Amino acid sequence: MNRRQIALLLLIIAILAALPVVIKSDSTINLAVYVLLYVSLASSWNILGGFSGQTNLGHAAFFGAGTLATRFLWLSGWNLFPSLLAGGLLAVALALLVGIPAFRLRGVYFAIGTLALSQILYITVGNTFSMISSIPAQDLAVYQLAPRYYLFLGVALLTTGTGYVLVNSRLGLGIMAVREEEDAAESLGVSALKHKLLALSVSAFFGGLTGGAFAFYHVGYYPQLPFGIEWTFDSMMMAYIGGVGTIVGPIIGAVFFVILRELLALKLAEMHLIVFGTLFILVVLFLPGGFVGVWEKTRKALARR
Amino acid sequence: MFDALAQNLVYGILVGALYGLAAVGLSLVFGVTKFLNVAHGEFLMFGGYASFWLFTLWKVDPFVSLPAAIVFLLVLGAVFYKLLFGRMVKLTEAEKIQNTLLVGFGLSLILQNLALRFWTADTRSITTFYSGAVFTFAGVRFPIVRLASMGIAFVAVVALQLFLRRTYTGKALRATVENWEAATLMGIDIQRVYLLSFVMGAALAGVAGALVSVGYSIDPTMGMGWTLKSLVVMVLGGLGSITGTFVGGIILGVTESATGYFLSLTYKEVVGLVLFILVLIFRPQGLFGTKEG
Repeated sequence: MNRRQIALLLLIIAILAALPVVIKSDSTINLAVYVLLYVSLASSWNILGGFSGQTNLGHAAFFGAGTLATRFLWLSGWNLFPSLLAGGLLAVALALLVGIPAFRLRGVYFAIGTLALSQILYITVGNTFSMISSIPAQDLAVYQLAPRYYLFLGVALLTTGTGYVLVNSRLGLGIMAVREEEDAAESLGVSALKHKLLALSVSAFFGGLTGGAFAFYHVGYYPQLPFGIEWTFDSMMMAYIGGVGTIVGPIIGAVFFVILRELLALKLAEMHLIVFGTLFILVVLFLPGGFVGVWEKTRKALARR
Repeated sequence: MFDALAQNLVYGILVGALYGLAAVGLSLVFGVTKFLNVAHGEFLMFGGYASFWLFTLWKVDPFVSLPAAIVFLLVLGAVFYKLLFGRMVKLTEAEKIQNTLLVGFGLSLILQNLALRFWTADTRSITTFYSGAVFTFAGVRFPIVRLASMGIAFVAVVALQLFLRRTYTGKALRATVENWEAATLMGIDIQRVYLLSFVMGAALAGVAGALVSVGYSIDPTMGMGWTLKSLVVMVLGGLGSITGTFVGGIILGVTESATGYFLSLTYKEVVGLVLFILVLIFRPQGLFGTKEG
């Protein structure tokens, strides 16, 4: 990053940090919470899906595992941060359960395996915990939105920050080398299995952490909800539309998604999914770089003139 | 006790034939084109609605309208192939799997939400005058409609098998599965083979969907469940064998109904997925596959 980019980044962080102080409307803060949630979710999906090129169709399993563990431990009296950590680690454990056997094979196994995992958990959690999970009344009396917002801001910064550091490290280069040409990478001594598992673990951990933040934020939900398949698809589409395999892509995609959803929800319920699905297909087929790719191309074209 | 168990197994076999039929369609497309069309379940749903509306609006018997459902899905398949999937023919195998998967998901999202918008979220099924007819043998009930559906599924799979074994075009399809480069060199028009297998896969989904709408029920969100079942059956069947896949479907149906009987109905939907994960961990070549398959 050059000096101008660092200044811009600090400015954005400062604005985000000042948001709850300046804006007193809860609905705006809630909207900002969802933007940050999706930034974390899409960015964590992108660490595996974008940089290592392995399509994970079960990110909801990691997000859901994070909410389940964190909510349970936090409500049973644990401190928040160890509960969040436990949520992240549970997600990693689940990810490795599918990842270790699936990455030994090529092709469709990882995608179907992760999709199967998330659907197994969705149904099983729904059957086992059929009651709504609510924050107890005495805690609800002192519920404040600002700490939740800052937790989400922290998770979003940590996820994107870790992604950035990872990608620019030696390990990150290995991960991308395996994506580009697995056999060539292997022949140079880069273990494909090891690098895929690393990307998967980091991705699942932050997915779980985002889930933990959701568990701390949400007042009452069915424990099944965070395991829903839409969490996976939404984050995947955000990453692609914004620009898969880049750090800023998922961020742009998440902001775009939440805004579009708000705009369309007023007029046509669920219409945003048709619009988003169409856009997603167009990006996959015609603009593999997403918004970021378009921006890069335009900038280069302008520079050449 | 024994009767109830036998009854459950029969229901499992009957529904399993439809799982098998749906999975054969997905597997045919995947085998020939290496396209993983995850909108397969939505194709099936459209077949179900085609048959439902023909019956509801014009009183056409669902078994009579089966050819119409097939034609509808052939056209739909061709349209989506020309619009979307046909653009991915030139990619490498890994890219093909990944991109068709992604495009398929976008498509399934669109189709599902369109169905929700136009046909509401209601669960529908076709009730004809013979819907309640049952044939009883040794204390076990065989609903006529489901029995006929199984028969049609069986005929469809045998017809497909004959087409692939006996006809020139079928042989071209099989040659493409073995080695598409060599097939091209032998003068096989890959583009046409791809299009043909894709629309045939869609038509098989359409038949399955139409049968589901008579013997069972349909709704706009059913696609994902059927896609998952087809994927699981396709992989368990060992990728590429039509007979293995059809048998795999029946095995899944029986396993589900056994789970419903011995464990709990709520875990019926999970058992196939758990089986998939277990096979992935302990027997990655599939139930019937060989190590290098």
